[in-house]
Amino acid sequence: MRRNWDAIWLVARREFTDQFRDWRIVVPMALLVSVFPFIADDTTRQAVNFMNRFGGDLILDNLIPFAILVIGFFPLSFTLVVALEAFVGEKERGTIEPLLSSPLEDKQLYLGKLLVGIATPLVFSYLSMGIYLILVSRRDVQFPSLYMLALIFLLTFAHAVLMVSSAIVISVQATTIRSANLMASFVVVPVAFLLQGETILIFWGNEDVLWFAIVAVTLLSGLLVRLGLAHFKREYLLGREIDNLNIRNVYRVFRDRFVGGAKSFADWYRVEIPITLRQLKQPLAIVIVLGVAAIFAAYAWVVVNVPAYIEFSPERAEDFKSFVENNLVNLDQLGSQLPAPLLFFYNARTTVVFLLLGLISFGTLGLTLYLFNFALVGGVLGAAQLIGFSPILTFLVGVLPHGLFELTAVVLATASMLRVGAVLVSPNTDKSIGETLLLSIADWFRVFIGLVVPLLVVAAVIEIYLTPVLIKMAFPFL
Amino acid sequence: MIECEDLSKKYNGDFWAVEGVSLTVRPGQILALLGQNGAGKTTTVRMLTALLNPTRGWARVSGYDVMKNPHETRANVGVLTEQHGLYVRMTGEEYLDFFGKVYGLDPGKRRKRTQYLLEYFGLAEAARRRSGEYSKGMKQKLALARALIHDPSVLLLDEPTSAMDPESAQLVRSEIARLRSSQRTIIICTHNLAEAEALADTIAIIYRGRILLNGSLEELKRRVLGPVEYEAKFSEPFDAGELDLPEGVELAYRSGTSLRFRVEAPQVVNPKIVRALTSRNAPLVSFQEVSRKLEQVYLKTMAEAQGVAYAS
Repeated sequence: MRRNWDAIWLVARREFTDQFRDWRIVVPMALLVSVFPFIADDTTRQAVNFMNRFGGDLILDNLIPFAILVIGFFPLSFTLVVALEAFVGEKERGTIEPLLSSPLEDKQLYLGKLLVGIATPLVFSYLSMGIYLILVSRRDVQFPSLYMLALIFLLTFAHAVLMVSSAIVISVQATTIRSANLMASFVVVPVAFLLQGETILIFWGNEDVLWFAIVAVTLLSGLLVRLGLAHFKREYLLGREIDNLNIRNVYRVFRDRFVGGAKSFADWYRVEIPITLRQLKQPLAIVIVLGVAAIFAAYAWVVVNVPAYIEFSPERAEDFKSFVENNLVNLDQLGSQLPAPLLFFYNARTTVVFLLLGLISFGTLGLTLYLFNFALVGGVLGAAQLIGFSPILTFLVGVLPHGLFELTAVVLATASMLRVGAVLVSPNTDKSIGETLLLSIADWFRVFIGLVVPLLVVAAVIEIYLTPVLIKMAFPFL
Repeated sequence: MIECEDLSKKYNGDFWAVEGVSLTVRPGQILALLGQNGAGKTTTVRMLTALLNPTRGWARVSGYDVMKNPHETRANVGVLTEQHGLYVRMTGEEYLDFFGKVYGLDPGKRRKRTQYLLEYFGLAEAARRRSGEYSKGMKQKLALARALIHDPSVLLLDEPTSAMDPESAQLVRSEIARLRSSQRTIIICTHNLAEAEALADTIAIIYRGRILLNGSLEELKRRVLGPVEYEAKFSEPFDAGELDLPEGVELAYRSGTSLRFRVEAPQVVNPKIVRALTSRNAPLVSFQEVSRKLEQVYLKTMAEAQGVAYAS
């Protein structure tokens, strides 16, 4: 442990020394740290004056936490360049090979670079935020609580880890500084969106909600660090000299994995699909348990909390019931309003969106959306209970017939998406990150084409043509 | 000791950068790996340093399997990379001290090795200057000092004297020779054929990832250029007529003042040739081996590999 830390610190300390001897880093950072808080302070003064004249208490009360968050972000985005250069920069300068030829272990090298990558921008961010706080303390404006300040400092830390860990993943995978800098937008743009989301949370006015952002960003950062460590290979830093997009090779790898050893379509279903399903055992179990839990939790939450929120009474229940009756009057003509192919398309698109979200978040965002969908089912059943419909009957006739196929399809697609994320963050000694991603997407498409699409086709037909009939039969008054 | 068998490396699924390389270098030996740019020299060295995983085959360096014990392999190897790879904002002294720490030397030994190497390579005066300010030769010397900082038993040196002035190159060559005499195992990748000829005990020529030739310089000369040739020079035109040459000797070339013989076993037949000439009262000035350079071996081998005519 001690030896490990010494080695990590050795790598980090050299980088620190190198950075602080480079005026091209020190001067812009010093300027940014010393000038930007003053500009932000003056902006705060003008904003306070404006809002004192024209109103806007909500903004006024949360202006400083917002400004601190932004001030902390600027040095982070700037020093990202240093992290982006961590490996690919050394590779271009030719200094990486002596280091890689040494007995330093992969994790010591990686964590040393990560440490310095995080520490430098964080020090500059905190300095900048500190200067701003000192400046703004002179103004007649509501100063945020220590708790709020602690949350924002924590969030800035999480941002630093998130940005630097992604930058270092890029730095390990890129073959030139130019390509690394181009890929930086894949870090800066999402984090800028994240910052906007957090700003909404700050202006929402509930400090505790920021914890969600902190936990989410920390989780994502942890997964990124894990991804970086899992796929850090000396070989990839030295083995590739140019970025060749070998479309033919990409296609061949994808096709070989998708088709597997199957000689015919029937063979593919008989042999290959069961292999994929066996690989999905664990994610399937997780997804099913979480999905069922989401249904029950949402059902319970609606039944327990909604009446209090909307001052629920028997009269209001009747109103809701009539509303439902009026709206479901044309249920048997659903097919003309929403054709089955269109419904199939919407559902298939949703599973693809799960995958895309899963890809950028190692499965977490896709899983969140999946849980939200399952929670909706629970919520609908809870609402049915509240207005006097039997939730079990509602489930049996309104959800189960098509849900048997649709929910199975969604569960399979989500489990497969979760596996893509898990495979990405698992160490793989003989495959590159790109190859791993390609293979796991091919696995996802096996599930999608082989199982999800047929299941969704059947589900759409049942939902449009059978479910309305069953609902009419179970609830004749509709 | 360095041993490898069928060492191969494939890139991008279909390109063999190195294929079927088998080598043995014993302690106290220097192997020179020769080849064009992109022939596979650096890839071979990187596999021996446990930086690249072989696609096929095995290698053992300093007793460690490069696949199973990459950490131990690297700890026992000193590598001089193709590019000097110096941190230009570090002083020479800081740089060697840093790598001393990386290789786990205790402070006392680190200081001693740093001082010794800086002095040996004539960098003591520049020790506190940033290496970015060094000349090319000084940078190369500092990089070589880095490779030697932990006193490794195996040295893999890529172009050790490139960019050096003649004096510095000579200094580095003597250091390499000294290291050989202290039983180090050394591989040099070089384009400098004179250097390879002067230093190497064994020479391997690599072309498109495959070893074309491997052996001592004399073996290679014999294999590629044929039997040794000896030349008799005369002070005045001499008509040798039909010389009675012993078995195993072939007259390769004849001019007015010289004769050249291709000889299979010089120890046995050379005295007979000299006797045959003197018995004919030839005005013999000298009788000596015709000098054959590694360059001829290399160029002929490469020409044959590429299927082009070799112009000697």
